[in-house]
Amino acid sequence: MTEEMRAHPWMANAAPGALQAMLDEIGADSARELFEQIPEDHFRTTPLNFPPALSSEIELKRDLLSKLKKNEDCEANLSFLGAGVWQHHVPAIVDEIVGRTEFATNVWGSYQSDHGRNQAWFEFSSQLGALLNLDVVQLPVYSWGCANGHAVRMAQRITGRNKVLVSQLSDPERLSVLRTYCQPTAMESHIEVVMVDVHSTNGRMDLDDLKSKLGDGVAAVYFENPSYLGTIESEAAEIARLARAAGAETIVGIDPVSLGVITAPGDYGADIVTGPVQPLGVHMQCGGGVGGFIASRDEAKYVLEYNGFLVSIAETLKEGEMGFGLACPHQNSYGSREDGKDWTGNSTYLWAIAGAVYMSLLGPEGFRELGTLIVSRARYAAKLLSEVPGIKIVWPDTTFKEFVVNFDDTGRTVADVNDALRARGIFGGKDISDEENGLGQSALYCVTEVHTAADIRALVHTLKEVLK
Amino acid sequence: MTRIPEFHAAKWNEPVVMEMGRPGARGQLFPAPEDEVTKAVGTDLIPHAMVRKDRAELPEITEFEAQRHYLHLSQMTLGMMGISLFGTCTMKYNSKTAEYATLRPEVAELHPYQHPDTLQGVLEIIHDFDCMLRSLSGMDQFIFQAGGGADAAYTMTAVARAYWQDRGMLGQRTEMVTSAQSHPCNPATAAAAGFKVVNLPLEENGYPSLEALKAAVSDKTALIMLNNPDDMGIYNPEIKEWVKVAKKAGALCFYDHANFNGVMGKLSARELGFDACMFMLHKTFGAPKAGGGPAVGAYGCTDELAPYLPCPVIVQDGALYVLDEDRPKSCGKVREFWGNVPQVVKAYAWARSMGAEGIQLASDISVVANNYMDKKLAEIPGLEISNPSIDLWRMEMTRWSLGPLTEATGVTTVDFANRMADYGIDPYWMSHEPWIVAEPFTPEAGELWSKEDIDTWIGVIAQIAEEARTNPELVKTAPHNQAIAQVKGDVFEDPAKWAMTWRAHVRKSGLQDKANGAA
Repeated sequence: MTEEMRAHPWMANAAPGALQAMLDEIGADSARELFEQIPEDHFRTTPLNFPPALSSEIELKRDLLSKLKKNEDCEANLSFLGAGVWQHHVPAIVDEIVGRTEFATNVWGSYQSDHGRNQAWFEFSSQLGALLNLDVVQLPVYSWGCANGHAVRMAQRITGRNKVLVSQLSDPERLSVLRTYCQPTAMESHIEVVMVDVHSTNGRMDLDDLKSKLGDGVAAVYFENPSYLGTIESEAAEIARLARAAGAETIVGIDPVSLGVITAPGDYGADIVTGPVQPLGVHMQCGGGVGGFIASRDEAKYVLEYNGFLVSIAETLKEGEMGFGLACPHQNSYGSREDGKDWTGNSTYLWAIAGAVYMSLLGPEGFRELGTLIVSRARYAAKLLSEVPGIKIVWPDTTFKEFVVNFDDTGRTVADVNDALRARGIFGGKDISDEENGLGQSALYCVTEVHTAADIRALVHTLKEVLK
Repeated sequence: MTRIPEFHAAKWNEPVVMEMGRPGARGQLFPAPEDEVTKAVGTDLIPHAMVRKDRAELPEITEFEAQRHYLHLSQMTLGMMGISLFGTCTMKYNSKTAEYATLRPEVAELHPYQHPDTLQGVLEIIHDFDCMLRSLSGMDQFIFQAGGGADAAYTMTAVARAYWQDRGMLGQRTEMVTSAQSHPCNPATAAAAGFKVVNLPLEENGYPSLEALKAAVSDKTALIMLNNPDDMGIYNPEIKEWVKVAKKAGALCFYDHANFNGVMGKLSARELGFDACMFMLHKTFGAPKAGGGPAVGAYGCTDELAPYLPCPVIVQDGALYVLDEDRPKSCGKVREFWGNVPQVVKAYAWARSMGAEGIQLASDISVVANNYMDKKLAEIPGLEISNPSIDLWRMEMTRWSLGPLTEATGVTTVDFANRMADYGIDPYWMSHEPWIVAEPFTPEAGELWSKEDIDTWIGVIAQIAEEARTNPELVKTAPHNQAIAQVKGDVFEDPAKWAMTWRAHVRKSGLQDKANGAA
């Protein structure tokens, strides 16, 4: 038997004779005959140009690893990158559970046969709801930016208005996604994205500017807590009050790992809350770990505008037994095509399971300890960095896990500093010098529970050496 | 004689995690900040107005309890470990070799803002896979930012907006034309992008007429979005003419390749005239779908459309791979970063392992297996194939109807699906909305399952059809061998009863009052 004829391990009917047995049974001479619906001139004329097959596991593994080992990663290096994907500790149990083949499967599943999965989904929403102090949490959409896009469009449908107010210092990545969801100006249902000033002394939203921009046309105010550049928004309740008085929805983007120490958004007037799921037990995966949640109060006006999957607990036919199913399934695009609420499809539901396991491991005290540890070490890093000659911390006392480090007085560019750090095994903060923020040569540093005091001292020591 | 599985799911009566634990129990400890940290910054770090005062009402359980609870939940999840011929989703084996490669820090612990010099391995894989998709489709450039097939359809609508905006014609090109049976994501994303959707009705032969298309397209048409073959297993033989008609009107043509498995290696979207297409890496290319993502809709287009792609685009520059962000005509991002990288690695692994010949054979197998299945299903009384007048071999899946059985017994396709789970068989896919045959189901055999698996699956279908005639109540009250009984549907549309979180459930079910009363 030649190499080419060996049955591929992923195809049962590649075994000799298997295809022929089925052809015999249906009375066809060849597989090609079964493609009779396709006109002859539709078949491709150019042959496939593929590299040689790696059908053995040994060859495939060698190819994958030989390529992947060309990467430098954040485990072997000391990384201070954040801004949308953050290096947090992932408990081993989370990896075990999301790796279970029943969950990491090829199938979408069903409500009859996949009860355990459905329960895990409900437990994600339930535990996140307990952190947010909100009663409705949808299964996550593709990303935080996508969650913002859907949330703003929910607000547009609820209010019938076409403007959203956002911070002048928004994350360019999320802002780009939001603008996509808000449609170009030439479209009839375009949503105008209006920038609100921030205070240059602390990075918080300028409430005078906010007031001047609120009005009849504003569907929603969106702010983040902590913000893109790290600042904790201390006037969150006042922003929500002002928005409500103007008939606008308040949408707040939050970092769920901050909620052990920072007030739940449900307690300061948020109508709709969005945020990333990646910090809740998902590896960074080069950005492939992102997902975004949407939550709200349990009012029909919000619930009836969700785009995706809302998992509700429900009784079964057996007395006293509970199961789970989809609430309001007809409003999504599977139920209503173009008349549905935006659209939905495969999303990031495996990360809902990761989040469920993660939150159950931490519990209330775990989240409190985690928040305390992160904010303490991040402030420590900011403080030590501020003592390096030429380095300034832009807002030293207002941030949670990320903060802006300015290099103007060093005479060096961030790109240059980061190159030097990288040569010494350190990934410096994200270069934000070209983001039109008026902050000069600055980098956004991220410090989390994975960074020890010794790591922080190593950063400071290396920076001093680099800046000499 | 076909072996019918005797099955009972694990049944743990597992509490909701919110009910578990005891005050003070811990599943994960974090170290206290080091002394040097606390001495330097103190403990008063959160603005007072924003300090959390309540204790989050989360469970307090041990590490083992969390592990055991979620293992129990996984055991109460069939997750394709029976036989799943779930049409439109193309069930495949998901390689653990590939899965384990992506769990390594060289993928898991990468940050997308690392300097590209430190990401050459993963960029090389993405670029190599891009080249394989180019070969399969004839397109010039692929991107992987879209987090699923629907998101790739949305990418198409965003690219179309940028294309027409660049020509100053976005105010005029306001319509998207599609077939009434296209996947819902096509009309839904077009509508969300701001386009008016024009749906073409199906004719007797299973697809919309060329005349209907000619009447629908005009100088208002921005794009057409089509899948082919459809979920009935019918291939529209006029597709080349369709593309010509649409292009004559100036419209862009998008090929939704969700149903690629039967034609992979056989058709090229570019050779058929399309401007762009999408592949679902979590279906056709062997990456796990994971119950609904993380997924990837790989979006590919011609050089003419490439300037409008979302950034970054991964390109080769000499010996290096780089992230091209400098595309002034880009439509903007549809999602943060460059896509679900581990899934791209897994899809690359699938394509490398299969090779060109393996892919050709897989499409042969999936079409032969489907027609074999059709022949066997036709032998079961009460089942009817869609478009029965079409006497041609179907493609890789076929839409069937339980209409005659339902009329005779009252057992619906939903009842039938519930009962399948009792045999350890993953319930089938019924149909997207709108249902164009009564009581639909849509099996797809693909290249994974053996003839014996297919025979077992058919045997279970025959058994349930027989049960429907002899004991319809048994089927209507199924499942009986599952982790839980049939879920009652009355709460799902009722604002007073639906409960999307445990807090809402406690409030609405009166558990709160009971707890207070007991205190």
